[in-house]
Amino acid sequence: MARDVDKEIRDTSKGMTSIVKTIVRFAMGIIILFGAYIVLYGHLTPGGGFSGGVILASAFIVLTLAFGKDMALGKLGDKAASILDNSGALAFAIIGLLGYTAGYYFLNFIDHGTTFELFSAGIIMPCNIAIGIKVTASVFAIFMALSIFGRFISALVEEEE
Amino acid sequence: MEIYLLILLIFMIIGSIIAIEAKNLLSSVISVGVVGFCLSIAFLMLGAPDIAITQVVVEILILVVLIRATITMDNTAIEEGGGTFPFVTSLIFFGLFLFFAFFALLEIPRFGEPLMRVSSEYLKTGPEKTGATNIVTAVLLDFRAYDTLGEATVLFTSIVGAFGILRRRGRKHKREIDTEKVGILEDADIKKDFKGF
Repeated sequence: MARDVDKEIRDTSKGMTSIVKTIVRFAMGIIILFGAYIVLYGHLTPGGGFSGGVILASAFIVLTLAFGKDMALGKLGDKAASILDNSGALAFAIIGLLGYTAGYYFLNFIDHGTTFELFSAGIIMPCNIAIGIKVTASVFAIFMALSIFGRFISALVEEEE
Repeated sequence: MEIYLLILLIFMIIGSIIAIEAKNLLSSVISVGVVGFCLSIAFLMLGAPDIAITQVVVEILILVVLIRATITMDNTAIEEGGGTFPFVTSLIFFGLFLFFAFFALLEIPRFGEPLMRVSSEYLKTGPEKTGATNIVTAVLLDFRAYDTLGEATVLFTSIVGAFGILRRRGRKHKREIDTEKVGILEDADIKKDFKGF
């Protein structure tokens, strides 16, 4: 695995220089961790599903810019992005529908728990996770659509030819 | 604190004017970025870290997309000599705007002065009703969750629209290619398309 990445870094035909690739390789995990934190702690600290999702998507976009689009599509393919996008939206709506089990649409039916704990605030955390997944997939899909459908007459594509 | 906010606002106005007037497309994109980052600092100073985070993140994303879109494009703006008629009309409308804005701005209350009844209710009962300490998220996903569902639907629709419009190949003629997935194309297809472009 590590050898593959090293080979990818030395390969200068795709993406940017090896300096950028090395830094991106170390920064990727941190960016994803930060995005996941923003999503998961959305009910306790500033942030939430949307901003965390955009951070997660920007991690993949950094990967695309540094390594070229083949690498990024290998990590999060078009089919996977589509499925994640749809299932995130569906999960959010289903959580809303589950509110009918206790009363009305979008009722906070799970026990609220203790304030300031991670697992508290009922449906807010699952909703945040659903929105985070949806936003990650959709923002990345829009970026890939812009980049791949050729509306960017980008230098990257011309270099690859 | 308001004086810092004023400086930021003036900086943002200068940035917007440069973004409109700059001849080079790339420098105007960068000026748009300056406006966005100043806006996020302004949000932070006004005590809205949620929206400041979102602003920073979305601004970075949009800058990446815009710079990547503009960096290889024809960068010079079209030169056109402005006639006297557009100048005079815009002057008249600006005067009208100032005239009505003067009376309108006399009426509005002081900056952040009366806390609205609904929001003060949220602040008071939010933590105990929802269990969330971040009131913004509590409003978004508990009190106003139905609105957030609408927002998610808007995002979904925008993606469907983007995929529909950005497809390079129409679906008029029935060919073998049309039976392919409508999603992201294969690399070979794109390269073929670029040859013809």
